[in-house]
Amino acid sequence: MVKSDIKIGWDRAEMAQKVALDIPDGSYVNLGIGIPEMVAGFVPDGREVIYQTENGLLGMGKTPSKEEEDRELVNAGKKCISAISGASYFHHADSFTMIRGGHIDICVLGAMQVSKEGDLANWSTGKKNAIPAVGGAMDLVAGVKRIFVITQHVTKHGDPKIIEKCTFPLTGKQVVESIYTNLAIIDVKKEGLFVREMAPNVDFDYLQTQTGAELNQYKNTK
Amino acid sequence: MINKQVISLSEAVSEIYDGATVMIGGFGEAGSPIELIHALIDQGAKNLTVVSNNTGSGNVGLAALIANRQVKKMICSFPRTANSTVFPKLYGAGEIELELVPQGTLAERIRAGGAGIPAFYTPASVNTPLAEGKESRIFNGIEYVLEYGIKADFSLVKCAVADRYGNLLYHATARNFGPIMCTAGKVTIVQAKSIVEPGQIDPEVVVTPGIFVKKVIEIKNPANESELVADEMKYPW
Repeated sequence: MVKSDIKIGWDRAEMAQKVALDIPDGSYVNLGIGIPEMVAGFVPDGREVIYQTENGLLGMGKTPSKEEEDRELVNAGKKCISAISGASYFHHADSFTMIRGGHIDICVLGAMQVSKEGDLANWSTGKKNAIPAVGGAMDLVAGVKRIFVITQHVTKHGDPKIIEKCTFPLTGKQVVESIYTNLAIIDVKKEGLFVREMAPNVDFDYLQTQTGAELNQYKNTK
Repeated sequence: MINKQVISLSEAVSEIYDGATVMIGGFGEAGSPIELIHALIDQGAKNLTVVSNNTGSGNVGLAALIANRQVKKMICSFPRTANSTVFPKLYGAGEIELELVPQGTLAERIRAGGAGIPAFYTPASVNTPLAEGKESRIFNGIEYVLEYGIKADFSLVKCAVADRYGNLLYHATARNFGPIMCTAGKVTIVQAKSIVEPGQIDPEVVVTPGIFVKKVIEIKNPANESELVADEMKYPW
C-alpha cells in the first residue's frame, strides 16, 4: 500500500476502546501488561467492571498521583495503582484460584503470534540466548473463560502476527476468542478467522495481505 | 511462654545453611524482605536454591544475594524485571540454574508444599515447552500436567504487623506469596514493620496464623528497594 497522509487503522487508545466496548457490565477482568492496561480507561458509562491483578488485588482503580503512590500497591506490571472502594487483597494461591478456577470472565493479553486456531504465543521467542519469562500468562489462558488479544497487526518488521501456525513456543493452544489489532477485530471460530470490523481506511484485501492466515467475512462485517 | 520475636537480624537468619532451599517473598519489591536478604548476604550461606517470583533489581536485595554468588538455582516465574541485570548476566554465562514455572503453578506448588500435598494436576502449560517431559493425564476430556509441591528449609517473608505468636497482617499487594511461603517453610522468618502485643490483632482478620511462623523481627523502616536501585546502591554497602 502506498504511503499517504490518510490515517490507516486505529491507534492504541482506540484499540483499547474497542476491547472495552466488548466487556459486559458486571464482568471480572484481568488485564495483561502494556496496551491491555489501557482498556480500564474506556469502560462505557453505565457499566461496572471489576479488574483483578494477579499479584493480589480485586478492584484495581485509577493510577494514583505521585504523592499517593505506594510501592506496595502495584499491578502485575509492577506499576503503582490504587484500590477502589470495595476492593480486596489476597495471596497468590487465592489469586490463581480465581484465575485457574474459572472465576474470571475475561482476560485481555498482548501477543507475539496468534494462529488461525487461536493458539497464543506471547512469552518467548524461543531463541537460545533469550531468558525465558512466563509470569501468569499460561495460567490465565488455561483458566479464564474468554481470552481477548490486543496487538499490532504486524511486527515492527512488518511480519504478520496472525498466522497459520505459531512458530514461537505456545502459551496455550486454542485459547483466543477474539483479536483486536490496529487494523481490525477478528474472531477465532472453528470454521476459521472471521473479520468482525475493519479500522478506518482498511479494506478486506489489504487486511488479507497483512495476515498470514486466510480471513473470512461475516455477512455484516463492518 | 512463646515468644518468636528475635532482636537481631543476624540471629534471625543464623540457622540458614549451605545448600538450603529458601523461599523469598515478594512480587518485585512489594513484599520483598530486603533486610532479611541483606542479613543472609552477611551470614554467607552458599549453594542455595531460591524460590521467588522474580530475581531482584539493581544490586540490592535478591539481586545482591545472587551477585554474591550464594544462589545455585532460581525457581521463579519471571526472571526478567525492569532493572534486573544480575541474574540475566549470570544465566547467560551459564553460571546459575533456572527452573521457570508459570506463576499460578508456582503459587500452587508452594501452597501444596505447605499443605502436605505432594503433587497435583494443572491445566496451565499444557501444549507448551514447560510441560515437556512431565506426566500428564486426561480428566473429563481435558489434559492436565503433574506438578510437585515445594517445601523450603527456610522462608523469608515481609509483613506489616506481627505479634510474638507469629500472627501476621500484610499491606496491600505486598501480601502476594507471603502467606503461602509461611506455610511451606520448615523455618519461617518474618520481618514486620511493627510487632504488637497478642490480642491487638483481631483474630477475625489474622492472615497468617502464628503456627506457620518461627521467628519475627521488627524492622520499623524497611529500605525502599526502588529508591536504592535509582540511587545505584550496592549491597554490601
